[in-house]
Amino acid sequence: MIRSHVLICGGTGCTSSGSAALEKALAAELAANNLSEEIKIVQTGCFGLCALGPIMIVYPEGTFYSRVTTEDIPEIVSEHLLKGRIVDRLVYNKNDDAEGEAHAVHTSLSDTDFYKKQKRVALRNCGVINPENIDEYIARDGYFALAKVLTEMSREDVVQTLLDSGLRGRGGAGFPTGQKWKFAMNGEGQKYVCCNADEGDPGAFMDRSVLEGDPHAVLEAMAIAGYAIGADQGYIYVRAEYPIAVHRLEIALQQAREYGLLGDNILDTGFQFDIQLRLGAGAFVCGEETALMTSIEGKRGEPRPRPPFPAVKGLFQRPTILNNVETYANIPQIILNGPEWFASMGTEKSKGTKVFALGGKITNTGLVEVPMGTTLREIIEEIGGGIPNGKKFKAAQTGGPSGGCIPASLIDTPIDYDNLLEIGSMMGSGGLIVMDEDTCMVDLAKFFLEFTVDESCGKCAPCRIGTVRMLEILNKITEGNGEMEDLDKLEELANYIKSASLCGLGQTAPNPVLSTLRYFRDEYEAHIKEKRCPAGVCKKLLSYNIDPDKCKGCTLCARVCPVGAISGAVKTPHAIDPEKCIKCGACMEKCKFGAIYKK
Amino acid sequence: MKSLSELAAIREQMKDKVAIRTGSGNIRVVVGMATCGISAGARPVLNTFVEEVAAANLTDKVMVTQTGCIGICQYEPVVEVFEDGKEKVTYVKMTPEKAKRVVEEHLKGGKPVSEYLIGNTKL
Repeated sequence: MIRSHVLICGGTGCTSSGSAALEKALAAELAANNLSEEIKIVQTGCFGLCALGPIMIVYPEGTFYSRVTTEDIPEIVSEHLLKGRIVDRLVYNKNDDAEGEAHAVHTSLSDTDFYKKQKRVALRNCGVINPENIDEYIARDGYFALAKVLTEMSREDVVQTLLDSGLRGRGGAGFPTGQKWKFAMNGEGQKYVCCNADEGDPGAFMDRSVLEGDPHAVLEAMAIAGYAIGADQGYIYVRAEYPIAVHRLEIALQQAREYGLLGDNILDTGFQFDIQLRLGAGAFVCGEETALMTSIEGKRGEPRPRPPFPAVKGLFQRPTILNNVETYANIPQIILNGPEWFASMGTEKSKGTKVFALGGKITNTGLVEVPMGTTLREIIEEIGGGIPNGKKFKAAQTGGPSGGCIPASLIDTPIDYDNLLEIGSMMGSGGLIVMDEDTCMVDLAKFFLEFTVDESCGKCAPCRIGTVRMLEILNKITEGNGEMEDLDKLEELANYIKSASLCGLGQTAPNPVLSTLRYFRDEYEAHIKEKRCPAGVCKKLLSYNIDPDKCKGCTLCARVCPVGAISGAVKTPHAIDPEKCIKCGACMEKCKFGAIYKK
Repeated sequence: MKSLSELAAIREQMKDKVAIRTGSGNIRVVVGMATCGISAGARPVLNTFVEEVAAANLTDKVMVTQTGCIGICQYEPVVEVFEDGKEKVTYVKMTPEKAKRVVEEHLKGGKPVSEYLIGNTKL
């Protein structure tokens, strides 16, 4: 009889920090202690706190261990699993210092600041069930939404439920999902249901976590979509760079077919639906809907003009709906709990919750799901644990290469689709990159533009040529050769590219430049007028110097300099040769007396 | 699988097995599992509690867990029952047979088994 479950995260984050070895070590240790029959190991999807991985949770107590290593396993088994004494030193607790040991005892998952403010709908099963076991999904009401749809609801009811729920596409653009389904429902003949799992924004990993942690939710929702629009075939377009997600999807598909939840005559209702996987080869543009469908057809992944929209003429020229992974993950819950339940969360025009991948200069890197309308401040300061090393928050970037930045002055903006558009950013798929005072905003805009230049498919001229011209101007500015007219040129070019590009990639590519120009124009001007990078990032505008009053002549800097740019006798102040210096910063990092500064 | 009832059967069968992870249960049965407890036979007692609680369909109300040494080693195996709004109940010198009765009469019936209580037991 099992008395305790040990959940080990098997998401990509924790897998890379060694959770697989942990699982093996634990299994061996349990066997050695004769506990295999009493304690069950469960591999789950992402818990969200990727920065602290590998993560292990012990139930029934709900003890939350972080950064567990294989050396910790014997202690966890002999102390906690055998004798019931929680291993305090491994318990995640951000308040340890403040309140001491009194606090260290029962740190259950839901009590931590990181989880307290979250509301998990799309992620409800991530980190709770074993994603490779369909029975555990069923235990959490899995496939009951499909059963309800097939036995109690008409196609119109399903679409109306989605319309009433106010669910909007979680892939970024925020188009009402119910509308999309309604258009496709009205089409005739063969139709298709597609899932966009080609998550490509730098720093975004929401969809990966859903696929890894709860793949059946996506399959179930796609079958519901098939019923609603009258399709019998679905495709999941998932990037090949997500091997764990692909593996778990394959297992999930096989289990669902074995149980008759996919295939012919599902649940004896006469409805048939099956799903195939298509692996993307890593082109960012294939996340754009028309390019994605072209790629599924076996052609080169290039976008085409819209209209006709996919709901009219999509995959193989047939009516098709294409939704994002996170959108699908919400749907079974909406069907089971009703549209009113979903619409009760969020803001007036943005209902429900949104998953964000928190990254950058933030204490708790990871995955969070919050109701729409939560402010940036709550996400960063409370859930994210603030900026590390006492630095100041400067801006947050949302929407990846298509989005823009939110400056510190707007940190109290409630986050939803419309508010973000209004302040010149966008929801995007949910990447949220936090930046502190050490980030140069011109350099940031350059980073994203480099990405889009690389990823432009080249089909239309504004995107292919225009983004390169913009990047050239940015390079000129960061190298100290910029002129004030360049800023006007940047803006002019950006607006042409936005209005003339064929697909979403080009239409949004200038956004990072436009939004940094809007909120951080002074930084651009400092680069141009004063030839200075205020954040100290742009190398061409920096020089490293040694303060002779502080330098003790210890020679450490001269020894770490990889190019021999530092000279000076022992016990006398050293000097840096600006001609030789490559501005790597190694000397500054090593100096024990703070004698080296950059300006 | 061809029917909704089969799907429901799987859910019923699996529910208890996953329920442990919600960490719920307003009654906590805590078994002392330090060296003293284990040598006095606490492990079969713990396992009996887990089995009987599941058999009695009490898993959503009762959480069975273990703890370290309580300090009364001569009375081991010691089992404490915590319930919201009620005073803690301490059973001593427990055996699997006694555990069965505690599940039946106390956890299910709501009445502590007085003869196993610490106040009524002589060394």
